[in-house]
Amino acid sequence: MPRVRPMRTEAIVLRQRPLGDADRICVLFAPLHGRIEAVAKGVRKPLSKVSGHVAPLSRGTFGIAPGRSLDIITEAQTLDAWPSLHDDINRMTEALAIAELVDRSTDLDIAARPLYRLLHQSLDALASTPSPASIRWWFTLRFLDQQGYRPELEACVRCRAVLEPDGNGFAATEGGVVCPRCRSGGLGQPLSAPAFRLLRYMRRSSCEATAQVNVDAATAAEIERHLRLSVEQALDTRLRSRDFADDLARAETLGKRATNAASSGNGQREDQHRATV
Amino acid sequence: MRRSPATAPTIARLIDAFHRLPGIGPKSAQRLAYHVLRAPRSEAEDLAAALLDVKNSTKLCQICQNITDADPCELCLDPQRTVATICVVEEPLDVAAIERAGVHRGRYHVLHGAISPMDGVGPDDLRVRELLSRLGDPEVEEVILAMNPNLEGEATAGYLSRVIATMGVRITRIAHGLPVGADVEYADERTLRAALTHRVDVEPEQNSDGS
Repeated sequence: MPRVRPMRTEAIVLRQRPLGDADRICVLFAPLHGRIEAVAKGVRKPLSKVSGHVAPLSRGTFGIAPGRSLDIITEAQTLDAWPSLHDDINRMTEALAIAELVDRSTDLDIAARPLYRLLHQSLDALASTPSPASIRWWFTLRFLDQQGYRPELEACVRCRAVLEPDGNGFAATEGGVVCPRCRSGGLGQPLSAPAFRLLRYMRRSSCEATAQVNVDAATAAEIERHLRLSVEQALDTRLRSRDFADDLARAETLGKRATNAASSGNGQREDQHRATV
Repeated sequence: MRRSPATAPTIARLIDAFHRLPGIGPKSAQRLAYHVLRAPRSEAEDLAAALLDVKNSTKLCQICQNITDADPCELCLDPQRTVATICVVEEPLDVAAIERAGVHRGRYHVLHGAISPMDGVGPDDLRVRELLSRLGDPEVEEVILAMNPNLEGEATAGYLSRVIATMGVRITRIAHGLPVGADVEYADERTLRAALTHRVDVEPEQNSDGS
């Protein structure tokens, strides 16, 4: 439903999709208006004055006017371009996962000031932190909290016993950590003491403090698994951007495999074609 | 599209077919349909034959994955073009655009899309494996990543450079910056940053006596 009168708002661009030959539909997220879908006209042409100001994963001020069927972006000015979110593929992957969470969980034209603040703070931190994954975990814990799916980390989600670090499990379907006794019934996935401590630390710490923590690969994989399950449980959907993170993790192996295949005689089609020419 | 009783069903069908084409709205579709109707029969037959031909005769070149009538395509068979440089592009139309510039004298590789993590388009949906098998050729020295300078293009270039980094081939990316005819005052922060970071030296002008 297009809006009635023009407005001007600050917003973060979550994503874009092409429209026709020269336009794009931009999905913006604004503090007072929530998710906004608006057309950026002519932004796929090389001389567009707006195209760089409506890039996904950037923050800006936007003029939005009612159009016939969709709103139209009449002006755009970047406030934060966050270049490192575009230049560094690891940061970009984490930022896209955060943007997808917001995109999938918010409605058109419903104010979402706390989520906007959280998104802004997280993207800002992601642009400069040396450990982008921990910022996403920090964001995810707070996102779940805001959406009403706060994972229980203090008491057993089943029997309410106070939790000690060892022997616990994480049951995304139950909404948090289960104590060793409840876990003995096969409930949830194992939760190591370092992962348990890290989840609790991230819950009570700032994103800057979280970014300083050194996390070993096994604990990182565990946190990743538990939070991914919690989010998918909460949103009842699979997050597409995490598939790309998995692809990226396998990229080097794929390159090495291709090199080995080439050295064992594969990949020589062009040679054969040159021979025929 | 809802058919008016004033439009014959066969014409409505043609209007509907044109309307399904990208960039063609209902009015343009109507204009095109009536143009075909008024045109000589031979013109309509030519159009129909061309449409069928494009579906029947074209295929993908098994080397560069570009759309072609003959496999391998003309560009891959051209002995004047170096095998040492492969320019990787998103779409077949990008090959035509780069060819118009007349600067690249190497080969191409068409991915048929770009990685779009939020839409679920990953490397397995593109012609990445075919590119990797080409890079096994010891004569390939450089891969030019000519993706669009947008988020999908950057994700694709980032992924490819990570895969190719282990293969001992030089990886380059086409430059970003201000397009010809643009105004600096309207340029966004990232474009200006790229333009300034990748600025080039200006060669001193030579006098007519050569000094």
